[in-house]
Amino acid sequence: MSEVKEMAAKQERQALTGNEAMALAMRQIEPDVVAAYPITPQTEIVQIFSTYVADGLVNTEYVPVESEHSAMSAVVGSAAAGARSMTATSANGLALMWEILYIASGTRLPIVMPVVNRALSGPINIHCDHSDTMGARDSGWIQIFSENAQEAYDNMFQAIRIAEHPDVLLPAMVTTDGFIISHGMEIVNTLDDKTIKDFLGTYKIPRNLLDVDNPITVGPLALQDFYFETKVAQADAMMKAKPVILEIAEEYEKLSGRKYSFFEEYRLDDADVAIVVLGSTAGTAKVVVDNLRKEGIKAGLLKLRVFRPFPYEELKEALKHVDVIGVLDRSDSFASLGGPVFSELRAAMYDMETRPLVTNYVYGLGGRDIDLHMIEQAYRELLEIKETGKVDQYVNYLGVRE
Amino acid sequence: MALNLKTLANRPVRISSGHRACAGCGFPQVIKMVLGATESDVVAGCATGCMEVTTTVYPFTAWKTPFIHNAFENSAATISGVEAAYQSLKRQGKVDKEIKFVAFGGDGGTYDIGFQSLSGAMERGHNMVYVCYDNGAYMNTGIQRSSATPRGSHTTTTPAGTVRPGKAQYRKDLTTIMAAHGIPYVAQASVGNLVDLARKAEKAFNVEGPAFLNVFAPCRLGWAIPSDAAAQVSKDAMDCCFWPIYEVENGEWKINYKPKNKISMDDWMKPQGRFRHLFKPGMEDLRGEIQAEVDKQWELLLKRAGE
Ligand SMILES: Cc1ncc(C[n+]2csc(CCOP(=O)(O)OP(=O)(O)O)c2C)c(N)n1
Ligand code: SF4
Ligand SMILES: [Mg+2]
Repeated sequence: MSEVKEMAAKQERQALTGNEAMALAMRQIEPDVVAAYPITPQTEIVQIFSTYVADGLVNTEYVPVESEHSAMSAVVGSAAAGARSMTATSANGLALMWEILYIASGTRLPIVMPVVNRALSGPINIHCDHSDTMGARDSGWIQIFSENAQEAYDNMFQAIRIAEHPDVLLPAMVTTDGFIISHGMEIVNTLDDKTIKDFLGTYKIPRNLLDVDNPITVGPLALQDFYFETKVAQADAMMKAKPVILEIAEEYEKLSGRKYSFFEEYRLDDADVAIVVLGSTAGTAKVVVDNLRKEGIKAGLLKLRVFRPFPYEELKEALKHVDVIGVLDRSDSFASLGGPVFSELRAAMYDMETRPLVTNYVYGLGGRDIDLHMIEQAYRELLEIKETGKVDQYVNYLGVRE
Repeated sequence: MALNLKTLANRPVRISSGHRACAGCGFPQVIKMVLGATESDVVAGCATGCMEVTTTVYPFTAWKTPFIHNAFENSAATISGVEAAYQSLKRQGKVDKEIKFVAFGGDGGTYDIGFQSLSGAMERGHNMVYVCYDNGAYMNTGIQRSSATPRGSHTTTTPAGTVRPGKAQYRKDLTTIMAAHGIPYVAQASVGNLVDLARKAEKAFNVEGPAFLNVFAPCRLGWAIPSDAAAQVSKDAMDCCFWPIYEVENGEWKINYKPKNKISMDDWMKPQGRFRHLFKPGMEDLRGEIQAEVDKQWELLLKRAGE
């Protein structure tokens, strides 16, 4: 503990928005190449980074592309050429990248991208939900969610290390909740540049395009005889990412004093009812948990940080004693069976000896407010389910007009 | 050393034989001439299309130089990223070699779906060459029309039917559009004149900043021509002025070949199966319009070149 304190002393306390924290992280990462395109609420990241370039604070080659499709295409090129490469986006921008997201992961390029979560059109909307990132959940990217600006800052460095780890070599997105985190000012403890540089090390991939004496062909045609194996190798890398994520979290904790894992458990040990949630809503839910605990209600919370790879074994273990779980999803899958966190968590629990009852709350679409009262209402419904032993409705829309 | 067919033979060969393009296909010559046009190391990229699928069937590759294929519409953006990596790493002293960059794309990947990516990369001024091999349709997916397909051509999405005689529109003049980007070097070339093509590729590599080449590259399958006809069809395309070869260097237009005996569009179209239906009775007016348009475009080009 004393070591942690000593290290923590090296940190600077700064008042930053989520976007400022992520842009600062990008300056400290100092990627060799950044190719990006502006979109609300991510725009500030690109703007702030541009000022670093303009003022000569980074060595980065900044490519102001004409679209997000080209942003992702360019960083696929630069990452394959042996350059640490980043971009950043939101919503429609991520949607426009879709095709190339799969190519980035299929080509095993460790690109890291902040995604400032925003609702997908239409109707067009600029506010937070997770439909953008969730739509890319099967694209082979590691997905790390952040509760606040501090986590966003910390997750960026860890994402670089995870993505570039030789056992992994997969791209990673680090998300924040649009406006709620991206534009909200908070105190962020930042590490100094040298500490970050040492933590990150240099970018290395097994082979690169600029090694002209050893020419390689990247992105070939792989047909019935080879394609399948490349996909299984990707699935395998995603499994291998799990221990790597924990290893790197531990290493980062030694520098920062801040603990990270697949998820955070909040008063979950002895909980009868629990909510599972991603991102900034966890902060609100923690307050509700505290209030309910004062009433003697054993409420708990699990904040999921890593959605890809999906830590199903660890989730089962952490939630096995809970009677009723309410999963809060900030996006719908339109499968008629609720949001993605719900269906995946519920599926993960299928073979447990004693299964918790699980229900789903889809909330906050297009930035709709979620308040203490709504979350409390959800907890009270979980208590009712505990009483009756029955889930009447799998999918509930929280905070929507009838 | 002056470029001629003899000196060309001594240039580095960066594409192997044994690729899977059809016998008599035009684009393998384009790769060979372009990649051989510089002594420096070259990183090449290519859009999805016939060129890509015939040269990179895993676990084989025909590319003897570093190569990247990303997708159909982003060859320019991808190579712009590779070039950005080079600029960055060179500035940091992590790479010291002189390396050139070239992106290839078919007419579909260039005129149509990849147009934005191309325009963006050229506008940003990357030090790269973009080479379009124009075979006038989406050949890889079975001969569908593109905006480069000539008017009247039969394709599988503009089939010659009883009421519609093939493609209704004239081709888009992409070379002129690229010249309007104001980049240092733009040229139109053809596999009908390999020395000219190699010379233009060499120039393109040597300019500081972006360069664009549009290269006429017959497809024997899509054009329904014999496997030994590519060179003749290409030469005829220059002689009828359907595909003039010219260059625009820092805004100066220069025509590289003017036919002494201009042949007619009929002469050029007749041996090609894709225009067969135009030679049925009743099609004279349409052929007349096609001829008039090509004449008009040629006049325009002469004027641009100050002739
Ligand atoms: C986004 C996307 N749309 C469509 C396709 C299907 N497709 C692959 S190649 C191709 C046509 C290629 O035409 P062109 O660029 O002219 O090259 P060619 O095959 O004629 O050499 C098409 C339509 C694709 N791969 N990606
Ligand atoms: S289909 Fe046409 S363009 Fe494609 S390889 Fe064959 S001849 Fe060449
Ligand atoms: Mg084509």
